[in-house]
Amino acid sequence: MVQQQRPDVSGGPGAERSGVVPFPAQVVAPAAARPTMMAVEHATKHYKTRTGSVHALEDLSLEVAAGEFVCVLGPSGCGKSTLLWAMSGLHDLSRGRIVLNGTPVRGPRPEIGMIFQDANLLPWRNLWQNIHFPFEIKKLDARPYRDRVRGLVDLVGLTGFEKKMPRELSGGMQQRASIVRCLSYDPSVILMDEPFGALDAFTRDEMNLLIQKIWMETGKTIVFVTHNVTEAIFLADRVVVLTPRPGRLAHVFPIDLPRPRSIDQTFSPGFIRTVLGIKRTIETGAYAGDETTQAVGIELD
Amino acid sequence: MASDLRDTIPTFGQADAHRQEEVSVRNWSALSSVSVARSGWEALVIVLVAVAVIGGAEVWVRAAGIESYVFPKPSEIGRALIDNFDLFRPHLIATLRVLFSGYALGAAVGLVLAAVITQFPFMEKVITPYILLLVTTPMIALVPLLILKLGFGDSPRVIAVALAAGPMVMINSATGFRRTDLGKIALARSYGASTLQIFARIRFPLALPMIIVGLMVGAIFGLLTAVGAEMVGSGEGLGNRLMFYSARIQMANFFAIIVMLAVMGILIYVLFYAVGKKWASWEA
Repeated sequence: MVQQQRPDVSGGPGAERSGVVPFPAQVVAPAAARPTMMAVEHATKHYKTRTGSVHALEDLSLEVAAGEFVCVLGPSGCGKSTLLWAMSGLHDLSRGRIVLNGTPVRGPRPEIGMIFQDANLLPWRNLWQNIHFPFEIKKLDARPYRDRVRGLVDLVGLTGFEKKMPRELSGGMQQRASIVRCLSYDPSVILMDEPFGALDAFTRDEMNLLIQKIWMETGKTIVFVTHNVTEAIFLADRVVVLTPRPGRLAHVFPIDLPRPRSIDQTFSPGFIRTVLGIKRTIETGAYAGDETTQAVGIELD
Repeated sequence: MASDLRDTIPTFGQADAHRQEEVSVRNWSALSSVSVARSGWEALVIVLVAVAVIGGAEVWVRAAGIESYVFPKPSEIGRALIDNFDLFRPHLIATLRVLFSGYALGAAVGLVLAAVITQFPFMEKVITPYILLLVTTPMIALVPLLILKLGFGDSPRVIAVALAAGPMVMINSATGFRRTDLGKIALARSYGASTLQIFARIRFPLALPMIIVGLMVGAIFGLLTAVGAEMVGSGEGLGNRLMFYSARIQMANFFAIIVMLAVMGILIYVLFYAVGKKWASWEA
């Protein structure tokens, strides 16, 4: 586990209110100081279906640094989930490869944890048993992890609900439980597939703050797939925008907002300008520079 | 690479859409809404109604002057049940023996077949018509043939019961095993689960409610077939006694046997209902 020093994390309460933050628009490689954790090399994927072949990804390359938070954003059906599933080793690629920690991914890897849109709690197990599901599959002794798991349950605010069955929990609570389940065995990379897509806006804000907190405290490498632009900018170090199917890299937006970020910041002009820039990129499939936001006719600042 | 996920485009949501329509232990039949009395008052009403129905039948049979050889008084049936139970016991044991051995055989084969066959959709297409044939054909019809082949021992009846119960267990269990929740399978795969682990930890628990329904329907069909087979060709068993007592117009004994069969059927139902409540209550 590589613990990375992130200078931008130090931003205190003052940094939250710093207002407009300039967003450089050029593609930047991950900071040279951080080693590459995961690399996607020329990923191409075709699905065979009954009605023919679906071309989901086309020659997509991407590097994720250790301890980095990357959001993958794109229109629905653009291959975001396909990319994530390939990174997790659940799918193989038609062409190209995924490299994790220097070795190609050929199947599920123990250093990866996945979180899906559906919390996927097993309805016949209570919350505590659900959290221990990975240990059973991995045939791992859960005892050394007990304090860790208790701490995580406490961190996400589920203490006292351990004996509840999934159907007794709200959607947000179920998703919290799935986050604990994912973190319980301490993977270094977390892949999140639209984890909060099914939640209401308020719960989603809450979960985004929680994920930011967990990421800042644990220094995990996170790849987070979403179709919500605000959510992507709020969470990410870099937002990777894909084109409509087949998914190609449209543009990478570095997000230099200081952390911890607050929900209020998502209403700042600089933030909104970035939202518009990303929206234009998604619509046109290519980044056309900052001036595109002018076309919307909104007076900023 | 996980074969069950290879060409699955990861868009979920529709996978769960069909879940409401499925049969489970709870909504399998109108009978399953029957539940245990919640309070002493409810219990009292239930007992009072039972007394009124049985007592009413008694009063009606007496008042209308219905002959005992047409419809015996409930009190006569009760007395026959108690006084002649020693005569019934060996036949009860014979029926239970046939039922248990046939059911065990049929249910085991049906369950294993369902688990295996649902993993191979093509094989399922090939075999399902024959299973449907076995489900829809009354197995009692085969008993004379089975007796010709297997003689007068237990075996023709055991085979008939197995042939009646097995396909019922299989067809319901197969419905259960066909419920694949790709999200949960993907989750388990992401932890590096083997196919066997996915079967034991996801597919089987997911199928369990339907398996229990199948086992219940199979047991009831097994009982029907066991009794029917004894009526067609057997020297012992409760079915044989039905023929025996009706031929001798001993209607009190005849109805006593019917009461025993009804109790057996209800016990089967109650047993599986309890099992379902314990092991499949998550699906409510």
